[in-house]
Amino acid sequence: MNFKLRVWRQPSEGNEGGFEAHEVSGVDPEASFLEMLDILNEKIVADGGDPIAYDRDCMEGVCGSCSLLIDGIPHGPRQVTSCQTFMRDFPDGAEISVEPFRNSAFPVIRDLVVDRSPLDRIIEAGGYISVTSGPQPEPNTNPVRPEDQEHAMDAAICIGCGACVAACPNGSAMLFTGAKVAHLNSLPQGDPERFDRAHGMVAQHDEEGFGGCTNFGECQAVCPQEISIKVIGELYHDYRQAMLHRLRARRGAVKPQ
Amino acid sequence: MSMKLDARIPDGPVEGKWHSWLDSHRLVGPRNRGDYEVIVVGTGLAGASAAATMAGMGYRVKAFCFQDSARRAHSIAAQGGINATKDYANEGDSVHRLFVDTIKGGDFRAREANVWRLAELSTGIIDQAVAQGVPFNREYGGMLATRSFGGVLVERTFYCRGQTGQQLLLGAYQALQMQVHAGQAEVMSRHEMLDLVVVDGRARGIVARNLTTGEISAHAADCVVLATGGYCNVYYLSTNAKNSNATAIWRAYKRGAGFANPCFTQIHPTCIPQSGDYQSKLTLMSESLRNDGRIWVPRNADEDREPSEIPEEDRLYYLEERYPSYGNLVPRDVASRQAKIVCDDGLGVGPTGRGVYLDFRDAIEEKGEETIAGRYGNLFAMYERITGESPWKTPMRIYPAPHYSMGGLWVDYGLQTTIPGLFAIGEANFSDHGANRLGASAMMQCLADGYFILPHTVTDYLADLDTETDPNDPAFRETVLAAEERVGKLMGVGGTTAPSVFHRRLGQIMLDRCGITREKEGLESAIEDIRELREEFWSDLRVPGTGEELNQSLELAGRLADYFELAELMCADAIERDESAGCHLREEHQTEEGEAVRDDKLHATVQVWEHRGEDERPDLHHEHLSFDEVEPTARSYK
Ligand SMILES: Cc1cc2nc3c(=O)[nH]c(=O)nc-3n(C[C@H](O)[C@H](O)[C@H](O)COP(=O)(O)OP(=O)(O)OC[C@H]3O[C@@H](n4cnc5c(N)ncnc54)[C@H](O)[C@@H]3O)c2cc1C
Repeated sequence: MNFKLRVWRQPSEGNEGGFEAHEVSGVDPEASFLEMLDILNEKIVADGGDPIAYDRDCMEGVCGSCSLLIDGIPHGPRQVTSCQTFMRDFPDGAEISVEPFRNSAFPVIRDLVVDRSPLDRIIEAGGYISVTSGPQPEPNTNPVRPEDQEHAMDAAICIGCGACVAACPNGSAMLFTGAKVAHLNSLPQGDPERFDRAHGMVAQHDEEGFGGCTNFGECQAVCPQEISIKVIGELYHDYRQAMLHRLRARRGAVKPQ
Repeated sequence: MSMKLDARIPDGPVEGKWHSWLDSHRLVGPRNRGDYEVIVVGTGLAGASAAATMAGMGYRVKAFCFQDSARRAHSIAAQGGINATKDYANEGDSVHRLFVDTIKGGDFRAREANVWRLAELSTGIIDQAVAQGVPFNREYGGMLATRSFGGVLVERTFYCRGQTGQQLLLGAYQALQMQVHAGQAEVMSRHEMLDLVVVDGRARGIVARNLTTGEISAHAADCVVLATGGYCNVYYLSTNAKNSNATAIWRAYKRGAGFANPCFTQIHPTCIPQSGDYQSKLTLMSESLRNDGRIWVPRNADEDREPSEIPEEDRLYYLEERYPSYGNLVPRDVASRQAKIVCDDGLGVGPTGRGVYLDFRDAIEEKGEETIAGRYGNLFAMYERITGESPWKTPMRIYPAPHYSMGGLWVDYGLQTTIPGLFAIGEANFSDHGANRLGASAMMQCLADGYFILPHTVTDYLADLDTETDPNDPAFRETVLAAEERVGKLMGVGGTTAPSVFHRRLGQIMLDRCGITREKEGLESAIEDIRELREEFWSDLRVPGTGEELNQSLELAGRLADYFELAELMCADAIERDESAGCHLREEHQTEEGEAVRDDKLHATVQVWEHRGEDERPDLHHEHLSFDEVEPTARSYK
């Protein structure tokens, strides 16, 4: 198969970037999108040029490294990660544009590589259960309803790629944040910190410069893990409670009647 | 100065060794721990769990990874599950049984004391993970669910759907981020360790390259922990993440750390076969598929019918035929070897002829679509996503792929290498799996090392350390200069060929001659060919750009340069191991039926290599293994 590519090239964060045209030919339809870029890069190097930089690692759709905006859609047309997008998904001869994930909180480091460290800082602000290592209670003394476990797992499978951010017209990271809150807050172990977690993570989210959620739903439409926008509702629920708690704390304890 | 191998295994009966060690090791008081800084390189299951634990104890921890976030380490991709002897299913499972299974699985080439400790600590890992919120699968009543894995006779494998590694790693990563929040830990992402700093024989820090800016700098600490994963990417195509590499352990080896059993690598039988030259990695299909899938190839080499049209009598169910009692569930090495044999005989299927069928037709007929969908639905979907073929309609095609390295840095009972102050954990050490690793045991070892063993052995080391690290010692500057020089050398070759091209060729040599089977002459010729290719690499490599920026070609080239040297050592090690053991099948040492033959008299040892200088033959040392608890027996899966 043959393709015409328009690839975003940018030497570093401070520098201007722009599109560069390339052609690749003789690509096996079974090659993944990233493997197609590998073929192109080998050719660029052989021709004396600078290869295109992009992030990737596991190539199985679970590490969340890859982060391409393919024809304007995060990860491309099939709602799977960039590495799980295959060339057989495109018509032969197609013109394809390739850019990095776009968001002002994700500055471009080089070409298609962006800085997603704000997502780590959101986790840092409460995306965990506060236990240190050592002897822990026997798990079966605290049964978890299988439907709660399933619910937690549906959210916990987030790979932290940031496609949701790149898709959102507001540049919101609420699907990412909501997924972690929904995972931990739906388990009994996560209950004691549920309000602090929701509050801390939303505060950090806003601090990083991500936009608010106004229910466009673009995030769930591109999420390779098919995480539902419902997690944002769950996050808001706990966040509102958290604000009430804080209000009460400021006014002094309210005695239950 | 010659290397001394003292495993420092505590005296006494095997079941009491770890406790007696814990009771007698030296401690650092809580108020003093903040005076010590520990570097952990790697944030996979082993590194993240170790870094989080030590930071939680009060040490100052600096964790390094080359990905953009600690959460993306290769461990994230582990699928099947993690073993622990909880015996929830009331099958009579015990620490002793897991111990025996692991020793036997490793074909009597692992240390008994370590393996016992691993089995003993397994249950605590599950408790720890659950407390962190890892959503393990549950039974209807809310209790933890288990399944059996990799041909063992008990259900001791815990799992989170097919994403166990992801969930366990996120648990450890979150624990680490909590420590970052508390100011106890710092994560240096997009940093690659290029060398180890050794001062007066002790590890005192590392030299790392900031992958974003290209800046190379030294980081001092009181001790260094390597948790940098395995080296199966020496084969180019493997199930490992694309950027997994051996640079950190290789640099440590060249600074004096012993490298143990480099030739012990596991080739996993159930991977999606390669479909073309462009391919950059191989995808593992969970081993659990062998519980219901039947493996076969056409009996005739010139078969051209669709698999579903090939009648029973023209199918060769080679595992069922050769191993009537275990059938499709023989251990990984046996399944891999037999697949290679039938493909060598010209019976392989698929476009490259290197593939065998894994067929669910009979299982679907017998057990119904619903049952099979419940068991393998997501795996079938994944297979179809990658290959475009549906396992519901046509058999899967599978072929073995390099998967796990049992070899690695030699460590004593305290996980310390032969360089004082340098520790190695997880897949990076030569560890507890002997010549072959059982399914669902890698994650167990990583987390036992990181949560429960290393934090205590590091404490023991620090309590006894009576000199402070001086970051102004000339060794730091010298090591930085050496690393800069290497980068300059790679940038300056001035040839025409991209590093990946050389890597593919190296991989082919290794796969053919130091892969599923090995033989002396082939290994010797492989060494010649590796040397030749290495010379070509150093004269025709082209690394575009500069060293002072994000430069992925440079990263690849640096890792590959180390792989060339490691590949040679792997072949040398495979020659010296003049027996067949576990995954290491020497063609000269097999029974008439093709079964591996160990040599317990001469080779019940760990082979440990000591670097002697560039282009000099390294010294080979032996750690002798003794088996007091389990009598070495020959495996039989007939
Ligand atoms: C597809 C697949 C499925 C698997 N399934 C299972 C399973 O079901 N059960 C099981 O028990 N095991 C399984 N395994 C094996 C298991 O996943 C690995 O053995 C284990 O995760 C290794 O973890 P680790 O912490 O040692 O290293 P890794 O997870 O490989 O982490 C290495 C870390 O080191 C860092 N690093 C490396 N080099 C450098 C350097 N030079 N400088 C800075 N940082 C560096 C990396 O950034 C990374 O953070 C599977 C493996 C694969 C490939």
